[in-house]
Amino acid sequence: MTGEKRLTNSTTGGPVFVDVKDGKIVRIVPMDLREEDAASWEIEARGQTFSPPRKATITPVTAAQKSLIYSPKRLLYPMKRVDFDPDGERNCENRGISGYERISWEEALDIVSKEMIRIKREHGPAAILSTASSHHLWGNVGYRFSTLFRFMNLAGFTYADHNPDSWEGWHWGGMHTWGFSWRLGNPPQYDLLEDGLKHTETIIFWSSDPEVNNGIYSAFESTPRRFWLKELGVKMIFIDPYFNHSAGLFADKWFSPRLGTDAALAAGIAYVWITEGLYDKEYVETRTQGFEQWKAYILGGEDGIPKTPEWAANETRIPAREIKALAREWGTTRTTLAAGGLGGWGGACRSATGNEWSRFMICLAAMQGLGKPGRNIWSTTQGAPCDETFYFPGYAEGGIACDTGNSAAGYEFANRMFANARPSSNPINSPSGQHIPRLRIPEAILEGQLEWRGKGFCGSAIEAQFQKYEYPAPGYPRIQMYYRYGGSFIGTMTETNRYVKMYQTDKLPFAVNQSIWFEGEAQFADIILPACTNFERWDISEFANCSGYIPHTYSQCNHRIISLQAKCIEPLGESKSDYEIFAELSKRLGLWEAFTDGGKTELDWVKQVFHATDLPKGITWEEFLEKGYYVVPNKPKGSPSTPAMQWFAEGRKKDTPDWGPMPHDQVAMEGLQTTSGKIEFESSSLKRFDPNDAERSPVAKYVQSWEGHHSPSYNRFPLQVVSPHPRFSFHTMGDLKGSWLNEIRDHRVLKEDGHRYWIIRINTQDAAARGIKQHDLVKVFNDRGEVIMAAQITERIPSGTVHSYESCADYQALGKPGESPDRAGCINLLTPKRFMTKNSYGMASNSCLVQIEKWEE
Amino acid sequence: MSQFYMVIDVAKCHDCNNCFMACKDEHVGNDWPGYTAAQPRHGQRWMNIQRRERGQYNRNDVAFLAMPCQHCENAPCEKAGNGAVTRRADGIVMIDMEKAKGNEALAKSCPYGAIYYNEEIKCSQKCTGCAHLLDSKEWTPKQPRCSHTCPTGAMQYFNITPAEMEKKIKEEGLQAYKAELGTQPRVLYKNLQKFTKNFIAAGVLVKGDCFENATVTLKGAGVDATQKTNFFGDFKFDGLENGEYTLEVDAAGKKASCQVTIKDESKNLGYIQL
Repeated sequence: MTGEKRLTNSTTGGPVFVDVKDGKIVRIVPMDLREEDAASWEIEARGQTFSPPRKATITPVTAAQKSLIYSPKRLLYPMKRVDFDPDGERNCENRGISGYERISWEEALDIVSKEMIRIKREHGPAAILSTASSHHLWGNVGYRFSTLFRFMNLAGFTYADHNPDSWEGWHWGGMHTWGFSWRLGNPPQYDLLEDGLKHTETIIFWSSDPEVNNGIYSAFESTPRRFWLKELGVKMIFIDPYFNHSAGLFADKWFSPRLGTDAALAAGIAYVWITEGLYDKEYVETRTQGFEQWKAYILGGEDGIPKTPEWAANETRIPAREIKALAREWGTTRTTLAAGGLGGWGGACRSATGNEWSRFMICLAAMQGLGKPGRNIWSTTQGAPCDETFYFPGYAEGGIACDTGNSAAGYEFANRMFANARPSSNPINSPSGQHIPRLRIPEAILEGQLEWRGKGFCGSAIEAQFQKYEYPAPGYPRIQMYYRYGGSFIGTMTETNRYVKMYQTDKLPFAVNQSIWFEGEAQFADIILPACTNFERWDISEFANCSGYIPHTYSQCNHRIISLQAKCIEPLGESKSDYEIFAELSKRLGLWEAFTDGGKTELDWVKQVFHATDLPKGITWEEFLEKGYYVVPNKPKGSPSTPAMQWFAEGRKKDTPDWGPMPHDQVAMEGLQTTSGKIEFESSSLKRFDPNDAERSPVAKYVQSWEGHHSPSYNRFPLQVVSPHPRFSFHTMGDLKGSWLNEIRDHRVLKEDGHRYWIIRINTQDAAARGIKQHDLVKVFNDRGEVIMAAQITERIPSGTVHSYESCADYQALGKPGESPDRAGCINLLTPKRFMTKNSYGMASNSCLVQIEKWEE
Repeated sequence: MSQFYMVIDVAKCHDCNNCFMACKDEHVGNDWPGYTAAQPRHGQRWMNIQRRERGQYNRNDVAFLAMPCQHCENAPCEKAGNGAVTRRADGIVMIDMEKAKGNEALAKSCPYGAIYYNEEIKCSQKCTGCAHLLDSKEWTPKQPRCSHTCPTGAMQYFNITPAEMEKKIKEEGLQAYKAELGTQPRVLYKNLQKFTKNFIAAGVLVKGDCFENATVTLKGAGVDATQKTNFFGDFKFDGLENGEYTLEVDAAGKKASCQVTIKDESKNLGYIQL
C-alpha cells in the first residue's frame, strides 16, 4: 500500500511481515512464500501425495501483536516506588501499595548499579538473585539465555533455576523408563509424519490439544496434517478431562478420566491386553526389561488388587466396558499414541501423578511395539520432513552468551559463535555454585533455608536429577536483591500468594523489575526499568526453533523459515531494548567493554549470529538484510526417511539425527540411554536411587494423588481444577494490558463493572447446585486463596471437575495484596506448592481442589 | 463480472479467532479513506464468532459460527442508510462515512447485528470485506485479512461470477445463515447444520459390552436414515429438525426401539441396553 514499507519479524507464534508507515506499524501479516523460495516437501502415502500450503501460519496472540506493542499498559519511562529511598527508609512492606513516580534513566541506572556494587562488596555477587519468566519475546539475540545471561554472568548472580514446567512427568518419571535425558524424557519425533500418514490406523490423543498448544511455537503448522489423517480414515480418540478444541474438530470418541487417575486408566488397558493377549510379546521380550514385574503388579500379584477395567472404572469414572473397548481398539489396530501435545508434555504430566502417567504412556506404547510402522508416541505436531544438517540454532542454544552450563550452546553453537572469543559463563551458575528453584523463591527469601534435589532442567544425565542441593549453598550469601526480568510468576507458578508476600518484607531489601508492561510482579518492584518489544530492536530467529531440550523443534513447521527481526519502529516512550539497558548498566559497573564485546550493537550481534550458522551457504548477509527471511531447502527428494525409534524397534544402530544418547551412555553405540539399553518397565536408575520410594517406585504404579478425590480436604473442596496452558494468550503474553485477545468470548468475559473476568468452566449440574448461571461472577477458593472469575457453564467438562487456564497476566487484589481475593484471575493462587513427589521438584498444578460459590461483593 | 463471496465451513472452525484478530489488526488505529474510518480498540466485532454447544456429557460437541457482514444483495441497511449505503459492482456493501454520520438507526437496521455505531466519530461501521486491500495491486494475498489468517481453511474468499457461485452452492451444499430473512447474503456456510440443527446420539450395549456394527435407523421429521455403530457402540444422527423421531436398533438380531423428541436441543440418550 502507498508509502508502506514491508519488513520482517518473528514471534512465539510464527514469523511475520510487518508493514510500517511513518514510524508506525500498520499491520502484522503471516508470511506467504514466494515462488523462488525453497520447494515444499511432498509425502506419498496411501496412494496420495501430501504437501503443505506455501505459507506460514500464526497464532491468535501473534495476530493480536500490534495491540500489545501499542498497549496502554506499556511502561514508557523508568519508575521508582514513591516511598523507596535506597539511602534511607525502604518501606519494603509497602510494595504493591504505595505507587510510583517517574524518574530519569540516569537516576534509575544509578540506583540499580550502586545497589549492585554495594551488595557485591558487602555480600558477594551471589547475593543478587535474577531470573526471567519462562518465555521472553522472540529472537535469539534478545532472548533470556542470550542477553540476560551475558550480562548476569558478567555481573555475577544467583540464578533461580526453572523447573521443567511443561515436561514434569516425562522429566521426573519417563526419563527413568527410557532415558532421553537430553530431551528431558520426551520422545523424539523424527519423520513420524510420513510414518503416520502411511501406516497409522488409530491415534489416541491423551492429554493432548495440538490445536491449542501448537506443539510449541509452531502456530497451526500441523493442522493440515490432522485433516489429512482424518480424511484417510484414521480414527481419533481423545482422553482429556476437558472436551478440548482439537477434540471439537476431530474426535470420534472422548473420554474424561477423573483428574489424576490417567495412570489407573492405563493400568486397566494393560490388564485387558495382558489377559486377552493383545500385545507384542516378541517386542516386549527383546526390547524391554522388567515386564514380568510390571505384569505382576497389573494382575494384582503384588498388592492383591488386579487392575481390572472395573477397578479402573472406579478410579476414573470411565465405564469398564468402554475401557475394554478402548483397549481392544488400541490392541488390534496400528495405533499411535499422541501423549501430550508436543510428543511428550500434556497437562497430565503436571500433577501429583504425572510421573506415573508419563511412565505408563511409554509402557503402553512399548507393549504395542513402539517404533514399528504406525505404532509410536507421536502427537502429529513434530516430525515433518526437513533438513537437520542445515545448522541454525534455537533460542536455547545460548545466543550472545553461549553459557555452555545453562544452555545447549555446548552442542555446537558456542564454538561457531565464539571460535576466537569468550562465551559468557559463571561458576555461581554451575552445579557447584548457588541456586534457588524458582518454585521456592519465596521460601528462600522468607525462611532463608532450603533443600531439594536436581538443578533446573536436569538434562545432562539421568542421574543429574538426584543430586542434592541446599540454599544457601555452603559459604554463599543469602539473597539481598532480586533483579526480576518479566513479571509472570503470580500467574504461572504455584500457590502464588507466596510470591506476593515475599515482596512485602524487608528480608528482600531491593527489588528491580525489568518489563515491557506494568502488570503482575512489576507492581511490587522498587525500581522499574521499561524494556521494549522485539518489534523495536534488531534480532534473528527461526520459526519455532527453541532447540535445546527439544532438539530440531523446527520439524514442527512445514517450512524452515529463518527471519531477520527488523527494528520496525523506534522504542516507544523512553523504553529501551534489554541489551541497551544492560549496556548502560555495564558502563556503571565497569563492564561495558566485556558486555558489548568492544561496542557491538544488536545488529552487529545479529550479523555475528548469521555468520555462525549455515545461513551463508544459502544467502548473503546483504540479501538477507534486504529480503528479511530465508527458507531452508529440504533434503533432496528420495533421501531416506528415518522414523524415530524404528531403529530401536528393529534392533539397529540409531539412524536419526538426534543429539543423544552420548556414546558413554550406550554400549557399542547401541540401545537407549537406560542402563539396560532397553525400555525399562522396572527402572534401573530408580532402583539404584531408592528402591523403596513409594511415590516413585522402580516399577511404574498407579499412585493416588495427594490432592484429589481420596484426600481428606475433598469434603470441603469437592471440585478438581484442571489448569492447562492458555489457549489464546501465550502464557501471560497477550492477556489483559489492552490486548484485543481480551475480547475473545472464550478468553475473558466483560461484565457491567467494565472489568474483563477470567473464565472458569463448570459443568451444568455443578453450576445448578450452586445457583450459578452463565457468566455469573464466582469466587473460586481453597485454603490458599480466593479468585474471582466468570463462570462458563458447559457440558465439555464432567461434574466434579472445573477448567480454568493458567497464566493470567495480572494480579489485582481487592484488598491487602497476598491476603485478599484476586479479580484478575490467577488460578495459580490456589494450586499447591507441594512438589510432585518428595524427590521430583516439579509442579503439580493439576492436583488442586477448590470450592466455588456465587460472588457477591 | 466476478463478485465477492465468502464461504465459511462450520465443521472446520474451532474458534481460534485469528480472523477476529486479523480484522482488528487491519482496522484498529488505521483509517482507510474512501472505505472506512478506524475501528476503536475495543467493542466492535466485525467478525462475530458465536458458539453453540450441543448434547450432554459425554456425547456432546461444539460449533462456531464466524459471522462477518453478510454483504447481502437485498441489504436492509441499504434502505436505512438513506443513500449512505451502497453496493459496489463486486457486491461488497459499503457505508459512506460522511453520508452516514449521525445515523444511529443504520446500525440497528442489520438483522445480523453486523453494524456497529462508533460513538467517537458518530458513525456506523462494519466489515468492508477489506475492499481497500482487494482494490490494491500491492496486496498480493488478494483476499481479506480474515480468510488470509485462517489456519484451518474454514474461511475462504472467492472472486467468481454468480453462475460459478451457483454451481458451488449446489455442489457443496452451501447455505445462507438465517436464509428466511431473505436478504440474500454473499457469505455462505458449509455444514451450517452443526450450528443450527441438532443430533441424537447414544451407545449400544449388548450384555453390557459396547456393540460394534449394530444397525440403527432413525425415522421422522422428513428423515429416514441408517447407521452402523462404531467400535464403542456409538452412533450419532446429525442435522435434525425439531420433531418426533422413531429410533430402531438391531444388534445381531437383538432389537429395541424408542421415540425421541427434538426441540431445539440435541440429545445424548446414554446407552441402549440389549
